[in-house]
Amino acid sequence: MAADMAHEPRINQTSLGDGAVLVLSGDWTAPHARLIEDLAHRALPQARRIVIDLTGIARLDTFGACAISMLRDAAGGAGMKPVLMGMAERNAPIFAALDPATAAEPPRPRASLLDAPESIGRNLTNAGADALALFSMLGRLVASFGRGLRDPSRLRFPSIVHHLDRTGVRAAPIVLLMTFLIGCIIAQQGFFHFRQFGATDYVVDLVTVLTLREIGVLLVIIMVAGRSGSSYAAEIGSMKMREEIDALRTMGLDPVDVLILPRVLALVVAAPLLTLLGMLAALLGAGVVAFLYEDMNPAIFLLRLREAATFSHLEVGLVKAPVMALVVAMTGAIEGLRVSGSAESLGLGATSSVVKSIFLVIVLDGLFAILFAWLGM
Amino acid sequence: MAAVPAISIANLSVDLGGRRILDDLSLEVQRGEMVGLVGASGSGKTVLLRTMLGLLPKSAGQVEILGLPLERAAPREVRAIGRRCGAMFQQGALFSSLSVRENVEFPMREYLDGSDRMFRSVALAKLRMVGLSESDAEKLPAELSGGMTKRAALARALALDPEIVFLDEPTSGLDPIAAGEFDTLIRNLHDMLGLTLFMITHDLETLNAVCDRVAALHEGRIIADGPMHALLQSEHPWLQAYFRGERGRAVQWAR
Ligand SMILES: Nc1ncnc2c1ncn2[C@@H]1O[C@H](COP(=O)(O)OP(=O)(O)OP(=O)(O)O)[C@@H](O)[C@H]1O
Ligand SMILES: [Mg+2]
Repeated sequence: MAADMAHEPRINQTSLGDGAVLVLSGDWTAPHARLIEDLAHRALPQARRIVIDLTGIARLDTFGACAISMLRDAAGGAGMKPVLMGMAERNAPIFAALDPATAAEPPRPRASLLDAPESIGRNLTNAGADALALFSMLGRLVASFGRGLRDPSRLRFPSIVHHLDRTGVRAAPIVLLMTFLIGCIIAQQGFFHFRQFGATDYVVDLVTVLTLREIGVLLVIIMVAGRSGSSYAAEIGSMKMREEIDALRTMGLDPVDVLILPRVLALVVAAPLLTLLGMLAALLGAGVVAFLYEDMNPAIFLLRLREAATFSHLEVGLVKAPVMALVVAMTGAIEGLRVSGSAESLGLGATSSVVKSIFLVIVLDGLFAILFAWLGM
Repeated sequence: MAAVPAISIANLSVDLGGRRILDDLSLEVQRGEMVGLVGASGSGKTVLLRTMLGLLPKSAGQVEILGLPLERAAPREVRAIGRRCGAMFQQGALFSSLSVRENVEFPMREYLDGSDRMFRSVALAKLRMVGLSESDAEKLPAELSGGMTKRAALARALALDPEIVFLDEPTSGLDPIAAGEFDTLIRNLHDMLGLTLFMITHDLETLNAVCDRVAALHEGRIIADGPMHALLQSEHPWLQAYFRGERGRAVQWAR
């Protein structure tokens, strides 16, 4: 059989009384999928009985058999008595597997007007569930930390140090660079606009207060959420996917002890240190701009800085850092544990860990502002 | 018609992690042949398969699939070869965000022009052939049992009615009845489509029932290559241990 010759699939029809014979020929194979289905679709004659003759077929595979089954079923549906003729013994299993050939189309979800209010309701309950999950995770972390304090060997210092290195030490360069640039930008904008009022001296106050209280910590935490929170979610999520978490559980170990607490502790320790570094870099940036752009004497800059940078501003910034880091790390862990079997849910977990933790950090920042105003700090 | 071998491997060496896994290995598989590859765990069977599929770099030697060296072929030719080959990986490697049926339809949608209706019925037929029911078809890979994952992966490897099928341990994790059904399925496909099979397996029953030829991989080389009964007679100590150990003998006694 010359298998490499192009065999166009064909159907030749001959009428015999009130019946018809369909003679199939050529290659009824996958590359001709569309063609053979069209042929089978159009071939149905006006006849009482029909014979489908397969003897002329050069090559047949599952796709061809599927088209032939469709033709046969259509004929059967139209009240004819279709007969398959010349089916090779060896092809019987394909036809058998195809038997309920035209599988029912699975129902498709329909869009309806009620979808919008339904999704609002769903999102609200999801937000409620998120808040609950956060508190439950906090509870489990506190319990685990308590067990760790009673028996420090359970605190897993090597793991904490490893994560400190990953989330703290290795984040330092990018944090320094970013906050330095932001310090430069704020100072430049300040000088540019305050010049009109002759109030350039106050730019130093502006930069200092802004950096110490808000910008330093927020920038660092947002960077940490994008860098470490998402990687926590992805790591824990892929361990969940590959049943590593279940393996831990069956060994009698609590994943919170083994995986989550060390990560959370590392981030809670790393964040204030990174924040401090970030603040210094931002102030340095402001100083550089003051010198280069405004010709401000560094000594004067330092003098104004000493006046503006009170301890309470620094405290406000540094108190926020570990709390926000805790929320970021917990959100990462929670989203990681929610991952199910699919790669898509892993991506979704990593994304929503970043989105949710940045949102929560901004909300927390607002709450802190109210708290500190009340405390008079 | 010149007989281009389905698979031709010449003097192949592969190094991974600074270690030589395959060493000057040569093997040829003719069209329509059913070849089984045996070897100890960690002997490099999967590495050989992945190298044949162009997924691992070679240190030396040539691999040709259907007469075409994959590394020198144009992307269009690689695609054409991809249509004519089906591969099943040891871990299944199903696409986790697609349902079982969508997994089987995926290569069809990529390579073929046809209607959704036809793809769906062919996909369901393939799933039925490997022993999965219609209700399993809409499940996600994470919801399958180990054996079901194997079957779904096999159905996907067979989706395009390929000329060559590469299988990595298709029957491990299947119950004996299912493994027997697998043997029948593969033989049927061979009869119907003239399928060429390259299969890694430790299943002596499957080797016996399906393969025309068995190749044994040991210390990076093919140490024996021939019909099953010839390998059973071999004097090589490792082969003797493999086939005539407790478990191998148990199978032979049983027949
Ligand atoms: N990506 C890799 N990098 C380094 N070494 C590897 C890599 N993949 C496999 N190896 C090594 O190659 C060797 C052969 O592995 P391979 O997976 O081919 O074994 P196998 O014969 O398929 O075994 P099994 O029957 O258990 O599946 C092993 O020693 C393994 O450690
Ligand atoms: Mg292997």
